[in-house]
Amino acid sequence: MLQTISKKRKIQSMFFRNLMRICGWGCAAIAFSICAYILVRGVGELSFGFVFSKPSYIKETIGILPDLLNTIYLVVAALALVVPLGVGAAIYLCEYSRNAKMSALIEHAAEILSGIPSIIYGLVGMLFFCQFLGLKTSLAAGVLTMVIMNLPGMIRSAQESLKTVPVSLKEGAYALGAGKWKVIRSIVLPACLPGVCTGMILCCGRMVGESAALLFTAGFAHSINGFVQALQTSGATLSVALYVYAKEQGNFDAAFGIAAILIILVLAINLLSGWIQKRFGTLD
Amino acid sequence: MQTNPYPIPSKTELVAGSQKSSKPKRKSDQIEKAVEIIFFLIGMICVALVLLISIYLIAAGLPAIQKIGLIPFLTGTTWKPGAAVPEFGILPFILSSVYGMAGALIVGVPIGILAALYLAKGAKGKTKKVLSALIQLLAGIPSVVYGLVGMLVIVPAVRSIFHLSDGACLFSAIIVLSIMILPTVISMSLGAIESLPKAQEEGSLALGATSEETLIKVVLPAASDGIAAAVVLGAGRVIGEAVAVMMVAGNASNMPGLFESVRFLTTAVSSEMSYASGLQLQALFSIALVLFAFIMMLNVLLNHILKGKKGAC
Repeated sequence: MLQTISKKRKIQSMFFRNLMRICGWGCAAIAFSICAYILVRGVGELSFGFVFSKPSYIKETIGILPDLLNTIYLVVAALALVVPLGVGAAIYLCEYSRNAKMSALIEHAAEILSGIPSIIYGLVGMLFFCQFLGLKTSLAAGVLTMVIMNLPGMIRSAQESLKTVPVSLKEGAYALGAGKWKVIRSIVLPACLPGVCTGMILCCGRMVGESAALLFTAGFAHSINGFVQALQTSGATLSVALYVYAKEQGNFDAAFGIAAILIILVLAINLLSGWIQKRFGTLD
Repeated sequence: MQTNPYPIPSKTELVAGSQKSSKPKRKSDQIEKAVEIIFFLIGMICVALVLLISIYLIAAGLPAIQKIGLIPFLTGTTWKPGAAVPEFGILPFILSSVYGMAGALIVGVPIGILAALYLAKGAKGKTKKVLSALIQLLAGIPSVVYGLVGMLVIVPAVRSIFHLSDGACLFSAIIVLSIMILPTVISMSLGAIESLPKAQEEGSLALGATSEETLIKVVLPAASDGIAAAVVLGAGRVIGEAVAVMMVAGNASNMPGLFESVRFLTTAVSSEMSYASGLQLQALFSIALVLFAFIMMLNVLLNHILKGKKGAC
């Protein structure tokens, strides 16, 4: 009855257990060391002049203020478009659609969109927005490309949070005589706000990190512009600037400075979305 | 068209004894209808976008394939768009992408699955929290940053370890890509493993298997559909990655070898896009079309796997 397992099985089990542990810790170590490496090499570059000036060919200094501004413009403009569209599509799927085939078609389309590589978005964006619609290489074309790229993610986040809205609340509102649109406005939308916020933050992260799709649509100029002016002209975001500095110009110091900012942003985004999930996820 | 799908307004009028006249009611009906149509149109945007992208890629990609010929285009081994007699063969790019994908999956998937198993069954409490936070971080790092690290750490390391003249090669790309797919593989596999019912596992333990034997012989086979989906998603990410590959793979249009400088389908498009014109530009669009076809095949495969999973439940 007390027969212990054979030595061979014991060794095999121990081997596998340690292999698992090594892989788990290894992955975490990779993440940690990438971030630490970037931060250690990059934070030293982050002087006031580096962050708050524009590059000067005469003084041969590099400043990333234009790229920073372009990134902010891009994210704000794209979010302003993608949030209503994504939430609207999710509301159609969750609240209105009575046709299962239609819902399946839309969900399938969103799935296909989320699998398309960013370089293809860049190409189609260039063909459609820059050439066909005549936007040229401009931040506006980049914004529209980002909207398409982030639409499926936004739909998914909104859909997940719409599903958690209690049916009893909606039924209560219907019973009080509210119409469907009224219910959506006053019950469904407020209840799914945390989920939409998480989706927005995730979109932010993806847009800040995107480079391949923006190279051909938004271009890589470094000039400081106002919001409206910037949308009409070509401009590099932080990631594109990082790519250009590292790959085309071989200026690794500037590249590490930008990479450090990106890593800090990614850390902030992860913390923020974790906080939102913790703060609001426990409600339901 | 005139039939009202909502008979409710008249009922609510009765129930609530509403004093509203029937006129504003009809107006609100119209608003409801209009709102529904607006939401429907927003919902259809995704479908329209898929159509738009497909049509644009096909329209832009077909002319060059027609001029060059499908077979020479897909199976030609030399890419010399600038030569006196230009040659447009993209077999090197296709093979590089496929080898890169295979390599990254071979390296990344086992590590990812083992890490997911550790997260699901091995790690507890604080350890699990810290590990999953770090792995989530890995998912958020932009691909340019992976490219930068690859360029300055992995490429020189590969060069000195294998005594190469240049470390920017397929091997470096495989290492970077296998790190990049880890978070996808881990989180999808973790989801699949954690959603399994406990009964089978407990049965196996009760029959005397060690917990590790249970993981290998019971948990992994049961979660295999989810893990397969994770692998396909990872493959899609590898095939579609452009920037990081551009920075570490060397970008010469050689036939692939582990230590050759290679060009993937994605980097073939992006490296010449800025200056190409004429037939060369059209050929780049054709490459994008081939890439799109690859992604669509992966999509079909993924759907097949997920559908099988639904059927089994």
